[in-house]
Amino acid sequence: MKKSVILGAMTFAGLAAGAASAGTLDDVKARGKLNCGVTTGLVGFAAPNANGEWEGFDVAVCRAVAAAVLGDSNAVEFVPTTGKTRFTALASGEIDMLARNTTWTFSRDVDLKFEFVGVNYYDGQGFMVPKELGVSSAKELDGATVCIQTGTTTELNLADFFRSNNISYEPVPIETNAEAQQQYLAGACDVYTTDASGLAATRATFDDPAGHVILPEIISKEPLGPLVRHGDHEWGDVVRWSLNALVAAEELGITSANLSEMAAGTENPEINRLLGTEGTLGEMLGLSADWAKNAIAAQGNYGEIFAKNIGEDTPVGLARGLNAQWTEGGLLYAPPFR
Amino acid sequence: MSGTHSHTVAFVRDTMLPEQDPPASEVGAVGWMRHNLFSNWFNSILTIASIAAIYFVLAAVIPWILSPTWEGTSLSNCRETLAAAGHGDAHGACWGVIKERWIQLIFGFYPSHLYWRPIAAFVLLGAALAPVLFSDKVPSQLLIFSALYPFIFPWLLWGGTIWMPIAALAGFVIGGLLFKVLSEKASTLIGVIVAVATAVIWWLFLAAPVAGIVDSILPIGIEAVESRKFGGFMLSVTIGVVAIACSLPIGIVLALGRQSDLLIVKYICVGFIEFIRGVPLITLLFVASTLLNIFMPPGTNFDIILRVLIMVTLFASAYMAEVIRGGLAALPKGQYEGADSLGLNYWQAQRLIIMPQALKISIPGIVSTFIGVFKDTTLVSIIGLLDPLGLSNAIRADANWNGIVWELYGFIALLFFVFCFSMSRYSMYLERKLQTGHR
Repeated sequence: MKKSVILGAMTFAGLAAGAASAGTLDDVKARGKLNCGVTTGLVGFAAPNANGEWEGFDVAVCRAVAAAVLGDSNAVEFVPTTGKTRFTALASGEIDMLARNTTWTFSRDVDLKFEFVGVNYYDGQGFMVPKELGVSSAKELDGATVCIQTGTTTELNLADFFRSNNISYEPVPIETNAEAQQQYLAGACDVYTTDASGLAATRATFDDPAGHVILPEIISKEPLGPLVRHGDHEWGDVVRWSLNALVAAEELGITSANLSEMAAGTENPEINRLLGTEGTLGEMLGLSADWAKNAIAAQGNYGEIFAKNIGEDTPVGLARGLNAQWTEGGLLYAPPFR
Repeated sequence: MSGTHSHTVAFVRDTMLPEQDPPASEVGAVGWMRHNLFSNWFNSILTIASIAAIYFVLAAVIPWILSPTWEGTSLSNCRETLAAAGHGDAHGACWGVIKERWIQLIFGFYPSHLYWRPIAAFVLLGAALAPVLFSDKVPSQLLIFSALYPFIFPWLLWGGTIWMPIAALAGFVIGGLLFKVLSEKASTLIGVIVAVATAVIWWLFLAAPVAGIVDSILPIGIEAVESRKFGGFMLSVTIGVVAIACSLPIGIVLALGRQSDLLIVKYICVGFIEFIRGVPLITLLFVASTLLNIFMPPGTNFDIILRVLIMVTLFASAYMAEVIRGGLAALPKGQYEGADSLGLNYWQAQRLIIMPQALKISIPGIVSTFIGVFKDTTLVSIIGLLDPLGLSNAIRADANWNGIVWELYGFIALLFFVFCFSMSRYSMYLERKLQTGHR
């Protein structure tokens, strides 16, 4: 009942907003600022620093889009959204795009009338246990108490996993990641489960990170990506291809270090098309010819953004894994720029 | 009778014994302890148990607080410092986070070169409140400043052209003049209706364009700051101050309306109060943050903080109305009849006889509603506004400070305690001052 009311409200929101925002691209250009929805705070993905500037992996996507459209990676108004307010904020037009580690699912794409323009991080749900428990596989967790954030897809995935493996568990519902850390360290639960990136970030904060292991099982697919409102395809294209430009830049070897050199013209026609020295890709999007150059100049290519915010040298310490280029066994595959 | 003593009988004492000090066990610290802490065996056991409990708590908390980590740059850095300083098991607070982020916790994202504006706004708030709060110690001419302050306050915080607050003020002037003219020429009722309607039309449709035109001719203003930049304690205090200041008059009107003989007025007030009190504040905040966005015409940009301010004010007003109704109900009927017998009309009776007494009775209730509203402002973190609690989450999302909980919450709790405790103390002062010994 409650869900149908929410969905009804969302649908209405979608209709109202669809009529409202026929030209988000023009709105953004006229405003001179991109309103980008981010999380209120998630390690590595989005957080304000001590000077109040937002930083992180999702934030970098916002900045790249702002640079592509407006030529200025600082022309972004970051709107912090919670899990509850993010979709209405987007549907009502309060934000132009949402880059808030949001899982691409069927119902969000189809029923809520949004458009996921791509995936910037392939995540999956994992388990963390204390080493002294001596568990090496999630299938050995019969009868365990599990700390789980309520009202998320992880809760449903957990139920599915334990049911399909015919083992039992006792959930310890918690509200926030910070609470989960405290509960887990205090021994209120044997297992903490959330997205693997979140587990890694959480484990990195422990006094004794080596005393805890992340189990090998990944029990769900969580493709996280930026999304826009359904029905505004010009704007959707801008966000989609800004993200693709970052991915393609890594594949083509364009980095923030050699960008200006490459932008002067190269032997590789695809690089030239991407950076605007050949062809009219920018014009097709309704942007300037150097849109992709600006997007890459904002924070570097995909690989640089990854390494800077969540890569192995950061406290979060994530390996590329599924998020490597397709040429290196990952899933990142930008369609050709032609 | 002076010679009597020389003839006294042997067994009657004729001189006073010199005064002696009371026994050492009855006075001073020892006596106090004997009376209050160890008066019998049961109390002695309780005392010893309590002292032991306090000792264990302090023994754990004080070393934690006195931790040498003010220079810490990250949680792991703090842990290294603690290990180097020989704090057992790296047990100690990591105060580096407060040192790095306290300005952010207080001002949010407000531009740092404009910090003087919120500071000035809140210092002036003190000046504006002084004639109201301490009416016997401050010259009453300052009341003029208090009346102007509601227009200065938003201008200092949000900035922009100075003509906007002046245009808003002009609405009151226009309404007041119309009322004065019409209530002399026609009836008071017509005066009220026309004055209010004109003022509302002015505010809704004319004030902004007029301010814009004047500004284009004579631009005077300060740098505008968007609502999105508000955060931290400044946001809590802004919401709290506005809700507190607006809810008292609205609450008085609602309480009077609820007791009114006019049927429509009465049921509008009852309906409003019961509806608002029947709905959790969170629900109203969600309405403000999401539903209003959807129902308003596309493209309208209705400031999120303004929406929250309105909702919190309405919420506080409903509670305030009931508190004041309690005060009105506690007044003996004779007070109303006495006012009538003096020939006072309704508003005179309210102003001179009823309200001063009813409000005095309701002071503890009013102040606890104020304190409740102020603390409720932390709920805005749920709709994505970065008040201190929301910021504590955002600060933890910094990889350096992930995992820090107690230090941040402790700091926030301390700041809230300072505000709420001062309000509570003030209410006690006011009660003592207004005590007329009628009980």
